[in-house]
Amino acid sequence: MALLQIAEPGLSAAPHQHRLAVGIDLGTTNSLVATVKSSSATVLPDEHGRSLLPSVVRYTEQGEVVVGYAAQAEQSRDPNNTIVSAKRFMGRGLADIQDVGRSPYRFVDAPGMVQLLTRAGAKSPVEVSADILRTLRSRAEDSLGGELVGAVITVPAYFDDAQRQATKDAARLAGLNVLRLLNEPTAAAIAYGLDNGAEGTYVVYDLGGGTFDVSVLALSRGVFEVLSTSGDSSLGGDDFDHRIYCWVLEQADLHGLNAHDTRLLLTRAREAKEALTEHAETRITALLSDGLTIDLVLTQAMFHDISKTLIDKTLLPVRKALRDAKIGAEDVKGVVMVGGATRMPHIQKAVGQYFGQTPLTNLDPDKVVALGAAIQANVLAGNKGEDEWLLLDVIPLSLGIETMGGLTEKIIPRNSTIPVARAQEFTTFKDGQTAMSVHILQGERELVSDCRSLAKFVLRGIPPMVAGAARIRVTYQVDADGLLSVTAREQTSGVEASIEVKPSYGLSDDEISRMLTDSLAHVQDDIAARKLREAIVDAEGLIAATAAALAADGDLLSADERSQLDDAIAGLHSAIATQTTREVNAATQRLSQATEEFAARRMDRNIQQALKGKHIGNL
Amino acid sequence: MAITLSESAAKHVSNFIAKRGKGLGIRLGVKTSGCSGMAYKLEFVDVATDDDITFQSHGVTVFTDAKSLAYLEGTELDYTKEGLNEGFKFNNPNVKDECGCGESFNV
Repeated sequence: MALLQIAEPGLSAAPHQHRLAVGIDLGTTNSLVATVKSSSATVLPDEHGRSLLPSVVRYTEQGEVVVGYAAQAEQSRDPNNTIVSAKRFMGRGLADIQDVGRSPYRFVDAPGMVQLLTRAGAKSPVEVSADILRTLRSRAEDSLGGELVGAVITVPAYFDDAQRQATKDAARLAGLNVLRLLNEPTAAAIAYGLDNGAEGTYVVYDLGGGTFDVSVLALSRGVFEVLSTSGDSSLGGDDFDHRIYCWVLEQADLHGLNAHDTRLLLTRAREAKEALTEHAETRITALLSDGLTIDLVLTQAMFHDISKTLIDKTLLPVRKALRDAKIGAEDVKGVVMVGGATRMPHIQKAVGQYFGQTPLTNLDPDKVVALGAAIQANVLAGNKGEDEWLLLDVIPLSLGIETMGGLTEKIIPRNSTIPVARAQEFTTFKDGQTAMSVHILQGERELVSDCRSLAKFVLRGIPPMVAGAARIRVTYQVDADGLLSVTAREQTSGVEASIEVKPSYGLSDDEISRMLTDSLAHVQDDIAARKLREAIVDAEGLIAATAAALAADGDLLSADERSQLDDAIAGLHSAIATQTTREVNAATQRLSQATEEFAARRMDRNIQQALKGKHIGNL
Repeated sequence: MAITLSESAAKHVSNFIAKRGKGLGIRLGVKTSGCSGMAYKLEFVDVATDDDITFQSHGVTVFTDAKSLAYLEGTELDYTKEGLNEGFKFNNPNVKDECGCGESFNV
């Protein structure tokens, strides 16, 4: 018997049609999977009731893949074949990785991304991540009693395209359909329901086991935009353990401990840190291998004292992030705390003091990212009403098309929320034109040469018509992952051509911001350039039309009249050569006047031809 | 006769409604679909209608309609755990046979 969940009013699924979707926090240290059950987001535990899955994968002698706590337990015994923190290597080449020497892995440089040599062969970080995701997927499918429709996977806000693509590849390898990649700070904000609240600027302070990230998010019209990110990739909760450990060494006057004793004292230090979250003081006791007994009392005040510098260290990136976002601490509407280490009361206090407000801490800081991802997955899987559709991402730069004269026509303006689809109709420029080239561009500038070319394709098989008669509908569609597809369709004949592109591919944040600043700086130049190009396009159109008319009905003109027209055409050609808008417009005007009489005669001849041999009564 | 909730089901429903932040109760119903003819409906209720028939069970208001009640008379809604999976289960005395998954049934 299948077990049912309570649906939103009117949204009961038909049998076998449940749209099971999960949110996955694929973390450096720990990973989690969550879902929305009976309208509330909840993290799915394993059979032992544990929510966290350590992001550790071990390849055993027997050829098995062990993931999680069991792998973590063997980490020190089998370091070469036990991969921790694979996330740090996602989408990274050997050259990108610092302190290669200090890490226990045997790296192999491979095109695109490093690989780690294990007894199961060379493993790319994507494969290692896929093993973690596979474990979470089977946990979710066991918990929900069915196959998953898809998953939302979170990534750090600073992840670039290669790292995001690697995360998606890992999901695909694990048999997961990625509904969307979501920025971790955005997920945390969603978990707190900030997307339904007032517009404003929010800070997400994420202190994990070994990494610290801070992000500034702006919420407007239900859309989060990441304004800035900063952090410290080697600062985390573990450093607080280490401070206590050092304090113990100092107090007990210990030197040169063996690995076992070090491990033991670090564990005791972590326990003490956790105890001090609830209690004013805690006792640290340990029996070392040489028989020495440690018995110390650590007070909250002392702990705060010895770890104060660590907290100050987190405030530096906070300051930098605010500066990058060009806001002050007083402009921040809310502060979200993420990561187990933010349970420490003195961190909450320090952050609260810095921002002059109490940070949000009522959700479990270890789970908050996964919960937000689950809420998003539930919406994307279609388990909520249309009106509750969450729009979370925007396209960073406008997407446009090249039109005659090397101009860019914007089809989807920047900051449009995705998914989005826009269509525009274009026509042919020349008589009998049977093909049209569609050139897809990204950027804010007016000229094609100043924008980034994304792709080009040709629509062929347009039926020959006079210039301007064909109706070609070009549709730009950006899906929830930022994947752009462009379709061109001639409306009367139905001929169609299309292409798919990934618009942000290979553009770093710096490049995007440079392209944006450029467009602002050049706005005047661009408008002038656009006017000139438009004038030239009009002029060339007129020349082509006149030439076609002369070829057809040139006999209507006397030699004198003909040479006047030729002069006007030549005048327009030379005006185009001067590249000045005013000259081109004036010469266009002259040619257009010069052809008026000719046009009138052509009209007369056409009417006469049409009427010839027809009885007046038939008209 | 009526539709009832087991104590555990009532506790979970109350929790879900509290977390959801709104809701008058839950609606149990049947609709004709699925591999064995009929399927259960289990939804939150935000708006009551005139045709609703309601029952009180362990502090939870259960909504249904006359047509569904004909098939659900005597049903107890339970909340159970099967391995990692947990959720609601209809114990319906009217059911003659159901499909393997139990999501669809026949009376």
